Amino acid sequence: MRISSFFYTVRQGIRNLFRNKWFTLASIATISACLFLFGLFYAVVANFQHIVRTAEQGISVSVFFDEGLDDSRIQEIGELIRRRPEVSNAEFVSADQVWEEFRTEYFGDYEDGFPENPLANSAHYDIYLNDVSMQSALVTYLESLSGVRMVNRSELVATTLTGANALIAYVSMGIIAILFAVSVFLISNTVMIGISVRKEEINIMKYIGATDFFVRSPFVIEGMLIGLIGAAIPLGIIYGVYNAVLAYISERFPMLVSLLSFLDIRDVFNVLTPVSLGIGIGIGFLGSVVTVRKHLRV
Amino acid sequence: MAMKKKKSTVPGDEIITLTNVCKAYSAGAPTLKNVNLHIKKGEFVFIVGDSGSGKSTLIKLLLRELTITSGYINVMGYDLSRIRHRKIPKFRRNLGVVFQDFRLLKDRNVYENVAFAQRIIQKSTKEIKRNVPSILAVVGLAGKYKAKPKQLSGGEQQRVALARALVNKPTILLADEPTGNLDPKNSWEIMKLLEQINENGTTVIVVTHNREIVNAMQKRVVALKKGVIISDEEKGGYIDED
Repeated sequence: MRISSFFYTVRQGIRNLFRNKWFTLASIATISACLFLFGLFYAVVANFQHIVRTAEQGISVSVFFDEGLDDSRIQEIGELIRRRPEVSNAEFVSADQVWEEFRTEYFGDYEDGFPENPLANSAHYDIYLNDVSMQSALVTYLESLSGVRMVNRSELVATTLTGANALIAYVSMGIIAILFAVSVFLISNTVMIGISVRKEEINIMKYIGATDFFVRSPFVIEGMLIGLIGAAIPLGIIYGVYNAVLAYISERFPMLVSLLSFLDIRDVFNVLTPVSLGIGIGIGFLGSVVTVRKHLRV
Repeated sequence: MAMKKKKSTVPGDEIITLTNVCKAYSAGAPTLKNVNLHIKKGEFVFIVGDSGSGKSTLIKLLLRELTITSGYINVMGYDLSRIRHRKIPKFRRNLGVVFQDFRLLKDRNVYENVAFAQRIIQKSTKEIKRNVPSILAVVGLAGKYKAKPKQLSGGEQQRVALARALVNKPTILLADEPTGNLDPKNSWEIMKLLEQINENGTTVIVVTHNREIVNAMQKRVVALKKGVIISDEEKGGYIDED
């Protein structure tokens, strides 16, 4: 293709946007509406997952040792625990640290009156997991280790969080699939109507001797531009809405902000921007290619 | 074998060859039956006949918009029953085509409509700027290059269509009822242009109902009736079917 033909094709694609104003507006509005819903839903789901993940990271399993177990075995147990893939971190807490913490919390500045550490057998490892759903497997393993007296865990919280995570994943997959199907249906219909109107134009091009590529290119460029604009608009709106909602929550519900941690807008947009633009441009590209193809057999 | 001729085997300067061509639409009676037609380079041929005689089907076959049901069709060395889909654009670039309803791009001006045909064959912008004004001058529309089709009369629109068909210097010009939507004055002007184009060496095939023009121009006339060629005369006239 000549360079002048390439620029001509691009120019025609851009001009088509203005030649068919109503079609352009309808297509952009359809793509924007679908991607706005998608983006909004993604932002909510991503925050839910972030909150659940943050809660998961705070859950620990504590491992207590047999009375009088020597330090080398305790260290060995620590090594074995850290080697487990589901373990993100294992912190050793000595009996003195436990007592100090307890004493500070319950006696404050008062003398406790104990000559020795009453919690002498309370040295343990606090284990944090990468994936809270692996807690039972880890507990079974820990209980099988020699020198381990007791393993404390919070089964209910772990099960609830695992369940919540799975539920969010399934619901979000389902809703995203529905949104995607609806988007493709609406967008392909809009593109089809727009191109049917221009069937005559395509026929004329073919009669004159235009190749399929030459006929298709301006439509594809037009479709991709519509997809790009259709994706950029909801991204801008969601950016503004997200910031406003976070500001509103932190102003009106400061307690909520201290309990729950919301995702930074950059974290949301690092994923949402390429995905939305990809879907928008992809749908514009596919929609125009598929629809023009129907009219190329002249 | 005559039925499997290739480009080099087209006899003499024959540019269009139809041998026993039949065309039938699905489940219907054939529209064209055993049509044999030979047109030489540089000829001017009228195809006449009533509605439903198969004239437009013949033009569509020559354009390779339709494919034949049986027989053999060769246009400018292209065996149209075997031509690959990707080769069709190249074939059509040697054909100019004009329709009764003009088929101009309504949202583009006269210059852009004609330049569009040059873009398709990948002419440079410099060449387009040279060729388009000169062909518009030939059809008498040099002063209206900025006008949109809806600002032009029927005759002027047909001239634009003619300019678009001619700008790529086609070997054959196919005109399907080119005067069908025009008044007598404009009809004659278009026919004079077609005659002038033919005198410059382009083969011109005109499908028409216009008895007066056919009788006055004294060119070759091929008459079709119910899909069959009923007469083919040099310097013929319009055949009365009744």
